[in-house]
Formats: sequence, C-alpha cells, structure tokens
Amino acid sequence: MSAWTRDEMMTVAAARLLWDGCVCFVGIGLPSAACNLARLTHSPDVVLIYESGTVGTRPDVLPLSIGDGELADTAACVIPLPEVFSYLLQAGRVDVGFLGAAQVDRYGNLNSTVIGPYDAPKTRLPGAGGATEIAAHAKQTFVMLKATPRSLVAKLDFRTSGGFLEGNGARARTSMRGTGPQSVITDFGVLKPHAESDELHLSALFDGMTVDEACAATGWPLKVAATVGTIAPPTKVELETLRALHARTREAHRRPVRLPA
Amino acid sequence: MTSKITTLTEAIAAYVRDGACIALEGFTHLIPFAAGHEIIRQGRRNLHLVRMTPDLIYDQMIGMGCASKLTFSWGGNPGVGSLHRLRDAVENQWPAPLVIDEHTHAGVAAAYSAGAAGLPFATLRGYLGTDLPSFNPRIRSVDCPFTGERLAAVPALNPDVTILHAQRADRHGNVTMHGIIGAQREAAFAARALIVTVEDIVEELPPAMNGVVLPHWIVSAVAQCPGGAYPSYVHDHYARDNGFYQRWDAIARERDVFLAWMDRHVLASRDHATFLASLREVA
Repeated sequence: MSAWTRDEMMTVAAARLLWDGCVCFVGIGLPSAACNLARLTHSPDVVLIYESGTVGTRPDVLPLSIGDGELADTAACVIPLPEVFSYLLQAGRVDVGFLGAAQVDRYGNLNSTVIGPYDAPKTRLPGAGGATEIAAHAKQTFVMLKATPRSLVAKLDFRTSGGFLEGNGARARTSMRGTGPQSVITDFGVLKPHAESDELHLSALFDGMTVDEACAATGWPLKVAATVGTIAPPTKVELETLRALHARTREAHRRPVRLPA
Repeated sequence: MTSKITTLTEAIAAYVRDGACIALEGFTHLIPFAAGHEIIRQGRRNLHLVRMTPDLIYDQMIGMGCASKLTFSWGGNPGVGSLHRLRDAVENQWPAPLVIDEHTHAGVAAAYSAGAAGLPFATLRGYLGTDLPSFNPRIRSVDCPFTGERLAAVPALNPDVTILHAQRADRHGNVTMHGIIGAQREAAFAARALIVTVEDIVEELPPAMNGVVLPHWIVSAVAQCPGGAYPSYVHDHYARDNGFYQRWDAIARERDVFLAWMDRHVLASRDHATFLASLREVA
C-alpha cells in the first residue's frame, strides 16, 4: 500500500472525530466521505442524515448530489425536508453538523455565498442551503476545507454561517443553541477554538507537517496551542476502506445511465 | 367533473402567464425538467422563479431569458460546481438582470409550510449568525408573545403555479409520489394552481395510508410525461444521470455553447420524448 496523501489524511482525521451512535448531519463533498469512512470503520451505528430527508442512510458509494437515489435506497427512513430542518435540526436532535465552506475566518465563521461585494459579486457561490441552521443548531460542528491563505481568511467577504461571530463569547450571547465549530479539519492538521477568545488555534498537525507550513497556509497570523499534537497516520484499514469507497464511487458514477424510454 | 388529464403543452399554456410567480419543486429527485423545457419553448418572460435549489432546470430557464426574479436557498450544480447561467445573470446581467431573494433551506421550507397552511408568514429559529438579513429585507424578526424570544420571520410563499413531477396519478387527478419528496407537498398546497407531470396514469390508485397523496381538488392539471424528470430521476423508474450533471458544466460555461445546446435539444424538440430522442442521437 502506497503512502497516504494529505487529502486522505484529512478525511481520516475527520472520520476519527465521530463516534458510534452519534447523530450526524452530513454536508456534501469532503464531509460525506469522512462520515461514511467513520461508518465503515469505527462507528457502524453512526446515524447519517442528509438534508434531502434521508435518515440513517448507509450508501455503498458516495453520492454526487445530496439526494442521489442511493441515499434513499439505503436509508432507515426518508422524511419530508421541512421535518429535517424543524423536528431534527431546530429542535436540537443532531449531535454533529459536518460542513464544508469556501472560506473560514479565525472565529470559525463560514462563507459559501459570495466572493466580493454581495451586490456586485466577483464570484457568486451557491449560498447557504442548510449550512446556516446546521451551524446554529447542531450541538457542535466540524468544518472541513483545504487550507490556503484564500480559504482561511482574516475577514470573510460574506458571513453565511455563524461560528463564534466576533469571538470572546459573542456566540454564547445569541440564541444559537449549538456550541459552534469545535474542530476545523484542514489538509495540514486541525484547528480548535481557544477556550476564552474563541479564536481558532493550531491544535494538531499531520505527521510530517510543520508549524511553519500551517502558518503559511493560513491567511491570518495563526496562533499555536500550548501543545501541538501529532495526528497518527492512517491505519491500513482506514486507508484501504477509504480507497475502496472512492474506487466503488468512481466506478458507479462512470456507469452510463440508460435514458428513460 | 371535467377531466384534469391534459397535455403538458396545454397545461403550461393555460396556467403559466408572463410575469407569474412559479415554483418547479423537487429536491434533486423528481425535478420537473419536461415542464421547464415547455415553458422555455412557449417563450414565457419575466417570471418570478421559486425553488430551494435552482439546479440545471433554472440554469436553463434563466439562461434562456424566462426569469426576472429568483427566490432560492442554494444555487449550485450539486457535487459539480457552479450554475454558470445563474452566475452570468447575477454577475453580468446576462441575458437579463435577475433580482435575487436569497434564503436558507430552513427558511424556504418554513415559508412553503406557512403558504400551505394559509398563514401570512413563517417563523423559525433561523438566519442566526448570518449576513443574509442585512441584504434581504424580506427576512425579518418577530418576538414570541409567550416567551419574548426573538425569532426569524419570512413571508409565506404562495406561488401562482407550482409544478411537480411524480410517479403516478389516477384518472381523477389524484397524484402519488414516493422517495425523496423535499418540500413538494408544501409547495403544492401553497400554490394557487398545481400542474403535475407523471410517469403513469392509472385507472385507480391503491389505498395509500400515510403515503404522499396530492388530492384531486388541489390539482389543476395532470399530464403524462414519461422520463419527465430526466436528467433528475424518478425512484423505481430511472436513475439520476450524474454524468449529465457533470457534462452540463462544460455546456453551460459559455453562452454560445449553451445557446446552441438549448437550440438543438430543447427548442428544436416539440416535446419531451423528442428531447430524449435528440440526446440519444448524440450519446
């Protein structure tokens, strides 16, 4: 088995944060791979919810969209979308919200709406979808994104989803019920909020990565926790399971779909 | 009782007027592509389009100049990237300026639910920690009269016409659907008129205790349209064509490539069966 890539390590590190029985609201893309890796390895009874209303889903291949038939076919139940957001999320019945974003700032706020001014955008991004309320109501959130100074930014162009807002306890003074982003998983390591300031600090590095590399990939002067841990490389089982999942997914998405007659 | 069973061409001509507020719903699954194409063919203009996820169908309608306003909560090509025609309209006002009324999924779901229930607005513990309310004056707040908690408020959505695709209808116009159903039931009950395209029309539907049934008296028109959700999908009929969603990225990226594709496959086709046949020719 060849050595791991940083993308693989990122998915493995994110998957390790989930636990068996945890109720997890899954964002598409990077979070979807991490959540299913957790389910296929250490947490077979994790409850995965996709915003399409598929609850307790166990897809054999990763979906391209948030509502592929595979998610419905393998779900414990399929519920109407308004119920997902009101009965499950708003009512506090989700342990973890797993999100991606285009930009994250030092207080874990997310932008997936626009680069440049809202009224005259340089790049129009998809927008909020479910993220704003996931970020507010899941008991905690994990955020995944590849780190560059343009993705980990000092100031967001637009705040789509609230993390710790302006920091220093600002979030706790709102009616956002969840505790906010407790881990930001990047492709160099993991950032965690400081207990008082709420500012994201470098908490752990992938094996072989350095503090300097982490700082260079971050668009604000990154503070470093008192002790920075090293994240253990992927195990053989983690790596084989993840690669097999991606291989099955690639094959399934390549298979031509017969046009309806 | 006059029959609600009609053709898609007649249903669009009868119910969708220039300037109307219309919602083509279906969350990834059961997206009414055939109906959207027919609206493009009939040359409707100045529409206010409502949809949680505009998806490829609104990318096509916006690019073909049907829309002047969009209410939405997530405007991407799922798992692929941008909706280039939506972006071109927002970033460059091509082919026409597009007013956007942007929300979150929770907000649109609540607004449809309020519309379905005949209430003037929806309230939710939502839009917290986001800049959206600063840019959208339709996102407001209301104080709970019992606890004093400040809650978000959005106006009810009541489209002039909601258009859905479903598995089956009976000859009276009752409609059933299953699989991922998104907010279609709410969008259906919220609408002033409801058009449904279906894979099959049967003499009688089996009893469907707890099933999703749109009763005939809220349904304005039903048209049989096999394959009507393609390249989206219909559970137990055909799968989502993920490859098409991936290929759309290159088709929609440039204006001339997009227009040529729409011309060849949508405008040159008289109906959805012809559209599907035109795709088979290039496959």
